[in-house]
Order: sequence, then C-alpha cells, then structure tokens
Amino acid sequence: MEPIRSAEELFALKERLRGDPQRHLPCISLCDTGCRALGSAAVRDTFIAEIRKRGLSDKVRLQTTGCHGFCERGPVLVVRPQGIFYQRVAPEDVPEIIEKTVLNGETIERLCYRDPVSRKLCHKEEDVPFYRRQSKTVFRHNGMIDPQEIDDYLTLDGYEALAKALQSMTPDEVIEEVSRSGLRGRGGAGFPTGRKWRLCREAEGSPKYTVCNADEGDPGAFMDRGVCEGDPHAILEGMLIGAYAIGASEGYIYVRAEYPIAVKYLSRAIEQAEAYGLLGDSILGTDFSFHLKIKQGAGAFVCGEETALIASIEGHRGMPRPRPPFPAQSGLFGKPTNINNVETWANVPVIISRGADWFASIGTEKSTGTKIFALAGKVQNTGLVEVPMGATLREVVFEIGGGVPRRRTFKAAQMGGPSGGCVPEQYLDMPIDFDSVSAVGAIMGSGGMVVMDNTTCMVEVARYFTDFVQSESCGKCVPCRIGTRRLLETLTRITEGLGEDSDLALLREIGEAVQTASLCGLGKTAPNPTLSTLRHFWHEYEAHVRDKKCPAGVCKALTTFVIDAEKCTGCGLCLKGCPTEAITGELKVPHVIDQEKCIKCGSCRDVCNLGAVLVT
Amino acid sequence: MRTTQTPATDQLADVFARHGRERSDLIPILQEAQDKLGYLSKETMRAIARQLRVPASSVLGVATFYAQFYLQPRGRHRVVVCRGTACHVRGSREIREGVEQKLGIREGETTEDLLFSYETVACLGNCALAPLLVIDDRYHGRMTRERAATILDEYLQGEAQARGTD
Repeated sequence: MEPIRSAEELFALKERLRGDPQRHLPCISLCDTGCRALGSAAVRDTFIAEIRKRGLSDKVRLQTTGCHGFCERGPVLVVRPQGIFYQRVAPEDVPEIIEKTVLNGETIERLCYRDPVSRKLCHKEEDVPFYRRQSKTVFRHNGMIDPQEIDDYLTLDGYEALAKALQSMTPDEVIEEVSRSGLRGRGGAGFPTGRKWRLCREAEGSPKYTVCNADEGDPGAFMDRGVCEGDPHAILEGMLIGAYAIGASEGYIYVRAEYPIAVKYLSRAIEQAEAYGLLGDSILGTDFSFHLKIKQGAGAFVCGEETALIASIEGHRGMPRPRPPFPAQSGLFGKPTNINNVETWANVPVIISRGADWFASIGTEKSTGTKIFALAGKVQNTGLVEVPMGATLREVVFEIGGGVPRRRTFKAAQMGGPSGGCVPEQYLDMPIDFDSVSAVGAIMGSGGMVVMDNTTCMVEVARYFTDFVQSESCGKCVPCRIGTRRLLETLTRITEGLGEDSDLALLREIGEAVQTASLCGLGKTAPNPTLSTLRHFWHEYEAHVRDKKCPAGVCKALTTFVIDAEKCTGCGLCLKGCPTEAITGELKVPHVIDQEKCIKCGSCRDVCNLGAVLVT
Repeated sequence: MRTTQTPATDQLADVFARHGRERSDLIPILQEAQDKLGYLSKETMRAIARQLRVPASSVLGVATFYAQFYLQPRGRHRVVVCRGTACHVRGSREIREGVEQKLGIREGETTEDLLFSYETVACLGNCALAPLLVIDDRYHGRMTRERAATILDEYLQGEAQARGTD
C-alpha cells in the first residue's frame, strides 16, 4: 500500500480500484459475523473449497461481510450483480448456488425467503418485508463491503468526506454542519453532537482527545457490534472528521473484550488506514495529524459512562466521578476529551458528504436521521433494523419484525436496556424519537428493543434488570450501592410470593431516592425498569402481592401449569420436551401434569401449538 | 494447566516488552497475562505491580473490579450462558438451571476435576439468536435446556475418550 498524499490521489485510487476487473465478477456476499452462531463459517469454507475445486478463482468473487441485519434467517447471503437473496444457507447448498445462481443466473427457490403473510417468494433483499421498510444510512455499507478490506470502503467513496472536510471546510464549518444536521448522540442521552464538539474545541488544553465508546454493555443491544463488524472504516472516518473539527490529535476506541471480532476488525482497519496514511501525521498532505489506539474493556457495564470509561482507559477501576468538570474540559489524562458512541461517529461521514440539509430531512424535527434498533425477544424476525426517527413501534415490531410468534399477544417493548423502561401496547403508534420515548418512561438508549409477550412477567423483568444493575453498580455512591440492593430484595420477595401490599409503595420510594441521589447515569437510571413497570403494569404487581398469582406463568412460586383436557389432543409434544418426566399420557389421549415432579419451567407451554397448557 | 515453576516476571517478559510502564498499561497487561497464564495468581499480580511501580493493592483492586479477570485457576472448558434481556425472556434461566444440574456446580465455579468452568455474562450481543450458550468460544444459538445437556454430554464423552487413549 502506497501512502495517499492528497485528495486527488484518493480519487485516483478509487477510480483505479473501481476499474479492477476483479470487482466486476459475480460476487457472493456472505454474512460472516452475526451468522457465525448459525454456522456461516462452515458455509464460507465450503465456498472457498468449491471455488478452488472448480478452478473459478478468477471468475467468481467471495466477499465476507458484516451483519446484513436479518439475523433470524441466518446464515444469509446475496449473489450480485442480480442481488438474489438467500437465507438459512447450509454448506450442502454451496455447489448448487455456484452452479445455478452464480454461473447461470438462476434462482434457487428453496433458499429464498417466503413472506409468511402473502406467501410470496422474495427473490431479492428489497422484496423481503423485513428490508423493504428500512432506510439504511449508518448501515448503508453493511453487507456490501468486506470489513477487513479498506479498498472495498474506498470504492464506495470511503474517506472522501474526510478529504472534503480537510480540503474545503474549516473546523468551525464542520462543527456548524454537524450542528445544523441536528445529529444527537446515539449512545442514549441524545445530547446534540455539534454542541458537544464545540465545547471541547473551545476548551483550553493540549493534546485533546476523541474517544469512541464501543462498550455496548446494554443487555439486548447489538447495533454497535453490527457497525464495528460491518463497516469499521466509517467509525474511523467519523472520528477523523471529529478530531479535525475539535482540534484533537489523539484518540481511542474503547471496545468490549466480549466482542472479539469487533476488536479484530477495528484493529485491522486502523492498520490499513495507517498504511494508506489516512491515520498518522500530515493526513492527505495537510498539517492535520491524528493517532488512534484501541483499548479493550474488561467487562464492567458502568464503563459505558463517560467518566468511568476515562478512568478505565487510564488503568483504574472504572468508577465515575462527579461532573463538572465535564470531560470536554478535563477528561482523559486531565485533557479536553470528546466521547461519542459508535453509531454517532458512523453518521458523521455521511453528514459531511451529503450535507446537513439532507440529513435533517430524515426523521423528525427534533430527532433527525435514522436509528438502528436491535430487535430481539418474542418477535418473529429478530435482527438489526434501521429506520428513520419517528417510525412507530408498530412499524418496527409488526411490519418489519413480523409481530409476536406462536399466536401470542404483544405486551411491551423494553427499550433502552437497564436505563430504560417498558413501553406498553397502548403506545404502539407513538413515533419513536428521543423525546416521545422518554415521555412514556423509557429512553431511546442505544437502541435495544426487546419484545415481550403475554408469557413475560413484568415484575420478573423488573427483578431481572435490577439484579443486573445491582451487580454492576461500582459501589462508589451509597444510593446506588444500597438502594439497588433493597430494590432487588423487595422485587425478589414479590416474585417469590412473599410480597406485601406495602412493598409497592416501598419500591416507588426507594426508586425515586436512588434516581435523585445517585452520582452517575447508571445509578440515576437503575430504578427505571421498576418504576416504568409499576407505572404501566400495576395490576400485575397487585396480582403477585394480593392474589399470589403470576398471570404470565413465570414466577415459579406463584404458578401452576395444568393441561386443559378439552383442548389437548394427546400429540405428545409436551411430554417429549418435559425435562423431569412430569407429564404422562397415551398418544391421542389428553395428558396430565404431575405437580409433584413439575419444575414449572414452562417448556410444555412453549411447545404446545393448541394453547392447551394453562396457568392457574 | 499451564503453570510452571518459572518466576512470574520471566513468564511475563514478552508481555512487558510489548507495553510501556504507565498506569494506563495496567489493564492491557492484565489481559495479556491472563491470556497467557490462564488466570491471575498473586505472584503474577505482584510482578505486574513491580513492573508498573504501582502498589500491589491497586493491581488487585483493578483485577477484582472487572468481570473479565479470574483470580483462581479455571477449567479446561469454559461454559458461558448469556443472561442478556433477550436471552432472559426466551428462557435462559432454564438453561442456567440445566447447566448447573448437569455440571453439579454453581455460576462462577469450576468442577473439581478442572474440566469445566461455568459462568454467565451480561450480554454477548447475539440477541437475535437468543438464548445463547457458548462453550470454548463456540456459539450455540436458540438453545433449550435439553439441547444444552446433550452438548455438554458430548464434551464429557470427548473427555472420557481422551482419557481412555492416554
């Protein structure tokens, strides 16, 4: 790799890369990150072997990409130039894909997605309802480029936004453009990005730092992982533009060690950008210099909080400190520091290249652009979904997500992880943007969206999140350390059937105290799952405390499963799935549950297609 | 087990060579030392404290703060159950109970024969395939209590066979 010394050389390189005949070969783009848990590595290896065996190395291109989003149907791949989309691909399918689709352009219908509603076969990605309603900005390259090849990024105009900023904009103009775009921090709080940059630019001190927060500790969120593993150069380019605007010369990417692929791809992206001279001294022949390093997190949720993250990079326990001073004034090593989340950084290049007006035209007035949601839980199509801000929960959960499976009913969407709350059914048509989500007691957060159906107990969910924040509390301040513990004890008591009426008032009282008096964001938001479920699912708490029942059939002490003899056809499914052999019965005769042996795991209810397993 | 009689400072020479001696090098050094030696012994932590010229108590403080660090030897196979929200609502609790029953140990413990360590993590970011069981970095998605037991049986059988051929 020869260093690129000017914007002209960057454009020339792009043209040269685009002209390379290799790039115009039929291409198979296979997801090689999220789909790994479903066996995509074996599919990839089979493709490599098959291409070699047939001597097709100079006729076919295999591209391993980041997440395409539709994780539910993985492993997924797209055959270009036709754009044919295959799902649930197995190694056995590989020879046929090469023979029929790649070489002869035929579609193998068996591997296409069938829309469960219209029963239509979807040949291309854009035919699939999951993709059709999305609008990809941050994810525009995911599935199109090999995240380990900077050349792939360069052919799609990569680093040209950086060239534009360095060549034709002053740092102030860059900040102005980002401010006008309306971009707000995607890490959760939604603070205006341009304003944050300006504070850091105007702060005294040198050197200045920019940091990418790729800690993503929210359980139920994986969009940052999707970007890191799908388009790492977009993050680097965003950070470079930000560093130029702020006047920073050094930066860090703080990434979770639990994401080994993300660590690997980001490290490789840094090496390649350095080799091209896009990171380092005198970038693109200007006097702008920027050096970037990776720091791996070591598994502490609180390190997503800015001041704790800084402590962790400095080599200390990741404990937050009071603000002010804000990191923009005194951050990493006591110097002005600007921290943004992965998705925020990845939005920056497209704002610079397409302009603030274009960006501001997407989304709502006060929440511009798109947002990626990690759609998971009790929903048909799990995966990563990018929609304009202001899309409704119904669109995301039902139209893109395909709704709740197994003929169950939607109960709530948990948004924003432990800092967030549960959004119940009556708000399905509410537009999702920063302000409306927080108005109903949840937060946008980083974009985790866990769907819950009628077999999810909201009291138990509150207990679950409180357990999480209690064990992740750093212990520095008393309200968080002791308050979350008392919350957890009370919630546990309720789920065990030992709750009393007075516990509900107690939960609210402790919750509000923790919210008011805690030092950092973790503590201030720790009671949110409890308070939001109390607000929206009061009757469920009452059922636990007064009637000693768990309507959802989750809390074991309050649940008895019985089989409805009228509905049961004696198919034997539940009997086979029961881990303790508590179910007995002949085929075609209604089955019975032996309550002595039953461990109340609910596996019989999960497998029953007739709704014959009842909760009493 | 990869412990030998060599003093910790010698075993860590290459790790130290890759880093500076600043406080900010502490966490990466702990990570690499653990990768290399399997866990952080008192001796290892003392050697790191000397190298960075920080009190041993600070090294211990950092090592105990983060979930990633282990102060005890671990089993040959690392069994991890994700308890993220998506996994939780799709039944990871049942899988945790199943694993505990199968291995006869609780979360955070190692079997006496040092074959298995079992732990849970907050979220692995594979929520779309919940619930998730990971053994030695191999991801098993859409897990059930039954399948988890079958997978663990395969590992147990593999170990029994390996012992038979020794």
